[in-house]
Amino acid sequence: MDKLTMRRMLVVFAAAALLAGCTATPSREASSADDPFEPMNRVSYRVHEVVDGQIIRPFAQAYVDYTPRLVQQGIRNFFGNIDDLFSFVNAVLQNKPEKAGHDLGRFITNTGFGLLGIIDIASDAGVPKGEEDFGQTFGVWGIPQGPYLFIPVFGPTTVRDGTGWVVRAYTSPIGYISDVPLRNVLIGIGAVDLRASALQAESLVNQAAIDRYTFIRRAYLQRRRYLVYDGQPPPLKEDDE
Amino acid sequence: MTNSSRRMSAYISKQHLGLLPALVAMLAALLALPAFAQEAPDALVKRVSEEAIAIIKSDPKVQAGDQARIRELIETKLAPHFDIDRMTALAAGRAYRTATPEQKKELGEQFKTLLIRTYSSALNQYRDQTIEAKPLRADPNATDVTVRTEVIRPGQPPVQIDYSMTKTPSGWKAYDVIVGGVSLVTNYRDEFTQQVQAGGIDGLIRSLQAKNGAGAAK
Repeated sequence: MDKLTMRRMLVVFAAAALLAGCTATPSREASSADDPFEPMNRVSYRVHEVVDGQIIRPFAQAYVDYTPRLVQQGIRNFFGNIDDLFSFVNAVLQNKPEKAGHDLGRFITNTGFGLLGIIDIASDAGVPKGEEDFGQTFGVWGIPQGPYLFIPVFGPTTVRDGTGWVVRAYTSPIGYISDVPLRNVLIGIGAVDLRASALQAESLVNQAAIDRYTFIRRAYLQRRRYLVYDGQPPPLKEDDE
Repeated sequence: MTNSSRRMSAYISKQHLGLLPALVAMLAALLALPAFAQEAPDALVKRVSEEAIAIIKSDPKVQAGDQARIRELIETKLAPHFDIDRMTALAAGRAYRTATPEQKKELGEQFKTLLIRTYSSALNQYRDQTIEAKPLRADPNATDVTVRTEVIRPGQPPVQIDYSMTKTPSGWKAYDVIVGGVSLVTNYRDEFTQQVQAGGIDGLIRSLQAKNGAGAAK
């Protein structure tokens, strides 16, 4: 994602927020302390379901169905390589030298010997893929996650994680490509790849959830907490057992 | 005590010699039962998931995506290893205590169906991947453990699947599954709370029935 996508996203978000302001029923109580803007978020979610269901999801599904596997894997690897670069930066910011070493090793190997990351040589060599990002770094630094947000097209996030995505959008190497058409094509492909990667999880949510909005919210917040604690989250206090 | 047991053995040996083989067989069965039931939790998870994966990879009906066969497989191979009542109680939280036995039974049945459906789809998605069970680090006398497994996906970070397990008279049973940090019970607790607030326990049961009915119609 670059500045342009970001700007587009903000416009959509602002529009959705306005829409929410007009239609949200104030009587509806927020069902979770993490989601004080639930009425607005639910409107955003409904907007998202329409836009995504009519345009984005079918497009991503067609991409998965009609693009050769090898091409899809290459595209996934290419963007995964950029993720590795950011994972390295964030591992450094979180003072995790071992993870940083793995991520940097992966990025150098795959960029240099794997056709700019299209071939994931490092995984074949058994170097584990990291998944640090700016949102997690803010969490490790002790910044609270802030309210949960559902942004149409973009999906679930929190103020903390959303800020992380803005930082990433402004620093991504793709944004520095001076050839504008190439840059835009790459951003487009990256967006399709990102959406396609969520199709499987989505079909699980459809199968599992009574209310998809609530299900996605809790799953997202649990997952992010788990990532901030590197897979070892301290147990939450339960009021019921 | 010694006296009475001596009298007992005398009684058996003198009067009912014919019963001895039967008694020995019964005793052997009783001794063997706990030995089988007390299969270590990590060994159990490893064995059950390996069996399930082997069937997924070799059963032509499963490979063709036959949902009925997949469900039957899960019902016979996986469901017996889950403590559905406990999962239901945890997910329903406070409301579960005020539910009638009939409500509890129906809620458990519906929740089980929903979980089984969800597993069918999940298994289907992970069928090309390897699952590794990590060695258990727990006190051998513990009655509540977490078994950790990892799904290895080429070119992607591995997904951790953890099973919270408890020791029951009929062996170790899982009461929560945590996929990549997302606990199923915690997720359903939010959903259940919301449904109970809107329409009580009966409302929750109705929405589960509707969900399961819609799934079957697909």
